[in-house]
Amino acid sequence: MIRLEKITKRFPGQSQPAVKELTMEIPEGEIVVLVGPSGCGKSTTMKMINRLIEPTSGEIFLEGENVTNVNGDKLRRRIGYVIQQIGLFPHMTIAANIGLVPRMLGWEKRRISRRVDDLLEMVGLDPTTYRDRYPKQLSGGQRQRIGVARAMAADPPVMLMDEPFGAIDPITRERLQNEFLRLQTEIKKTIVFVTHDIDEAIKMGDRIAILREDSRIAQYDPPERTLTNPADAFVENFIGSGASLKALSLARVSEVDFADWPAAEAGTNRRVLREMVLNSTRGSVLLLDERRRPARWLTVWELDSAGSLDEVGSRATSIVEPSATLHDALGLIVVSYSGAVAVVDETGAYQGIVELDAIRARIAEIRAAARERYRAEPGAVRAHTGGRR
Amino acid sequence: MSSFLGYLSSRWDNLLGLALQHALIVVVAVLIATATGVSLGVLTYKNERAMNLALSVTGIFLTIPSLALFGLLIPIFGLGLTPTIVALVMYALLPIVRNTVVGLRSVDPAISESAQGMGLNGRQRLWRIELPLAWPVILTGVRVSTVMLIAIAAVAAIVNGPGLGEDIFDGLGRIGTPNALNLVLGGTLGIVVLSLLFDAFFVVVGRLTTSGGIR
Repeated sequence: MIRLEKITKRFPGQSQPAVKELTMEIPEGEIVVLVGPSGCGKSTTMKMINRLIEPTSGEIFLEGENVTNVNGDKLRRRIGYVIQQIGLFPHMTIAANIGLVPRMLGWEKRRISRRVDDLLEMVGLDPTTYRDRYPKQLSGGQRQRIGVARAMAADPPVMLMDEPFGAIDPITRERLQNEFLRLQTEIKKTIVFVTHDIDEAIKMGDRIAILREDSRIAQYDPPERTLTNPADAFVENFIGSGASLKALSLARVSEVDFADWPAAEAGTNRRVLREMVLNSTRGSVLLLDERRRPARWLTVWELDSAGSLDEVGSRATSIVEPSATLHDALGLIVVSYSGAVAVVDETGAYQGIVELDAIRARIAEIRAAARERYRAEPGAVRAHTGGRR
Repeated sequence: MSSFLGYLSSRWDNLLGLALQHALIVVVAVLIATATGVSLGVLTYKNERAMNLALSVTGIFLTIPSLALFGLLIPIFGLGLTPTIVALVMYALLPIVRNTVVGLRSVDPAISESAQGMGLNGRQRLWRIELPLAWPVILTGVRVSTVMLIAIAAVAAIVNGPGLGEDIFDGLGRIGTPNALNLVLGGTLGIVVLSLLFDAFFVVVGRLTTSGGIR
């Protein structure tokens, strides 16, 4: 879809090139994240795709067409571009901002107007409220949504995003990331995304290219493979010690076996409950309510005490659905009373209990399987730099 | 005082004529200076050296005392309208060129970058993005030049130029006679009134032509 062939950029007055003979293929419909330490050339590389920075040598192919020497401005009208500082035009309304490229491409007014409304809805903003506002009336998160909408206005097949959520507060950033991922399932564009944040890369990328300080590609793989099979020490260090922890956000609770943990329906006799705990190897029993929802965890000590079953023990608050990630489940286990989480279906009804050992076992399984799988199959997508490999 | 008011009531039509002439030469000079000055600013704002050259030259014009400049232009342009307009344009250039350059350079680079990233070419960026954003600053430069010219244009009388200066110089030349002071005061009053009117005009124009998003 996008192919970079031996792209090199040498800035005047610098002894070393900023990007050296980088070759890379970006598959259609995927989000490819360029990530790496400051100065590794990730922004420079991305800007050579739409030739905001002209390569010193090398060639760029877009959907099979060699665009290395075509008119740069015309090329850029076919590629969406979102930057960290957003860059909305303050003297134009939101509708005018979004409609600028379609207007330049000669779309008729009504088509532009409809497109603006559609895009505003797509990014979660009410068209009637926001069409005629000015950028200065919007918050940072809203402005970046408009930035994304504006980049998609002419429906380009490719979008380039340079740390688009970098200037947003963390809470809004997470929301925007989630919304963008949801949007991508609908629009399925080819997206090149630059970030310095490895966690954002893992979350957003279908494929991650990790660049070293000298702009060479250290590894170019889907996030699961990068996490389980880091190519070298640099990649391992860049991912950080939380690699296993990060892998947890790629696996679901549904992949883990339920524990052999006692659970009882509402109204069960106190003595029976006590026996259930004593006969098991766990320290408590999970009591459900009349609607089979997890209600309380009860230890033997609490069952022996005088209080009513509605008051003793602790309320079951560590609850997840099967679609939750193991990362979320682990977070709840760590703060839970019992050292386990209850799994419920979408109505809240009890399904089973997941404990820490099972999660650990699952991680080991994932790593082993991934290692086997990737050892057997060669990388399907080419990426290398410097003419080596 | 009463003699001045009497003077005004009897000679107001003459004053009005001079004021109109005065306004006209200022308008013509400002229009020429704006066209020239904004073009100069647009051509040089990206190049540090060219920009500084343009600012230096137009700045030097401003340092020449007006009496001297009008006088120096006589051998080249003669007397009357031409040297008047030339001198006024020269004076008006610096504020306009400087504000054009400052305005254009103060456009947030992120905005220019995103405009270029969207596929706007240089000309489109200039006309659709940079000039509209720089416009309030440029307009202020034009306004400053205009008010400045209204005062300086009074000196045009020294080269037989039109305008309220004619009465002022006439009065100054006849100090001691009964009407001298009235002539000077009348001319000066006209200039002050013109200044205020033009200034108010620019406020209105500014409000009408500046986008709501950047007010």
